[in-house]
Amino acid sequence: MRSVWRTVERKHARAIALLCVADALVAMSFGAIAVGGGLQPWIPIVLSLLVFAGGAQFAAVGTVLSGGSATAAVATGLLLNARLLPFSFSVADAIKGGSPLRQAFGAQIVTDETVAMAITERDRERRAAVFWACGISLFICWNLGVAVGAAAGSWIGDTDALGLDAAFPAVLAAIVLPALNSTRLRLSAGIGSAVAVLSTPFLAAGLPVLASLTGLIALARQGKVLDRGR
Amino acid sequence: MPIAAIFALAAGTFAFRRAGPLLADHYQFSESAQAWMTSAATTLLAALIATSTLVQDGAFAGWARFAGVGLAVVLVLAKAPFPLVVIAAAGTTAVLRQFGVA
Repeated sequence: MRSVWRTVERKHARAIALLCVADALVAMSFGAIAVGGGLQPWIPIVLSLLVFAGGAQFAAVGTVLSGGSATAAVATGLLLNARLLPFSFSVADAIKGGSPLRQAFGAQIVTDETVAMAITERDRERRAAVFWACGISLFICWNLGVAVGAAAGSWIGDTDALGLDAAFPAVLAAIVLPALNSTRLRLSAGIGSAVAVLSTPFLAAGLPVLASLTGLIALARQGKVLDRGR
Repeated sequence: MPIAAIFALAAGTFAFRRAGPLLADHYQFSESAQAWMTSAATTLLAALIATSTLVQDGAFAGWARFAGVGLAVVLVLAKAPFPLVVIAAAGTTAVLRQFGVA
């Protein structure tokens, strides 16, 4: 594991450190909101360790706190997390190998941020290094943050006042936009984003992002995947 | 929130995360298939940027967040360093909210 930290470049290390700070603050607000809404403190803590997906955690707790059923909370969370399936494909080479426990933990740290950082790295070894370094760091910061927030309860204020809701898309934009290095990939991302936003009023949470995969037709027109069949 | 619900959400989420590497163990994916998966992940992330900027609880998320992320995109295109991009986004959104922009 030591080689992982040595392989990570300084610019990645700085990005990961900043991500940790932002995520820890959001995690604290998650713990505080859950406990402030009347849940036992262990609930947000266990939920974070086992689910480790911010969006789904907020949605599940929000559903329960607003009077929804546990089944609805689970369904909402799973729909939001369905994108982790294609994400886990894209970082499979970074997770492969090692003991079953190591592979299980590698799967657990598949998140938006770790996938974004990994797929922008072309070299296989560095890709794995940045994936693990980011994943381990975020896992620690996120879960510590939730525990602190759950203990502090309503003492922690609204993180929207700090603009942290803008930090998440900004982080992803900083990592992903430079990776849009071909016209067809830009077209795919553009079509996909438009489909996702425009379908939001009509689809359940989580599905609009999946609908963005229709943007891939921009690649298929000239891509090798379809050409092979001819 | 019952413990069974937490376990159900955790198990389902873990299955999504484990499926990719497991399938990659059993099938040899070609170079072009792997490039395809990277493109799919990139497109999903782009859509995630768009929806998390614009949408909150099924409605427009407000101009403060939009302006913060918009500035972030401009800074990214100008090749600004990562910390500046993120802090400028959060800072812009926070300041606009101080001035009453939703």
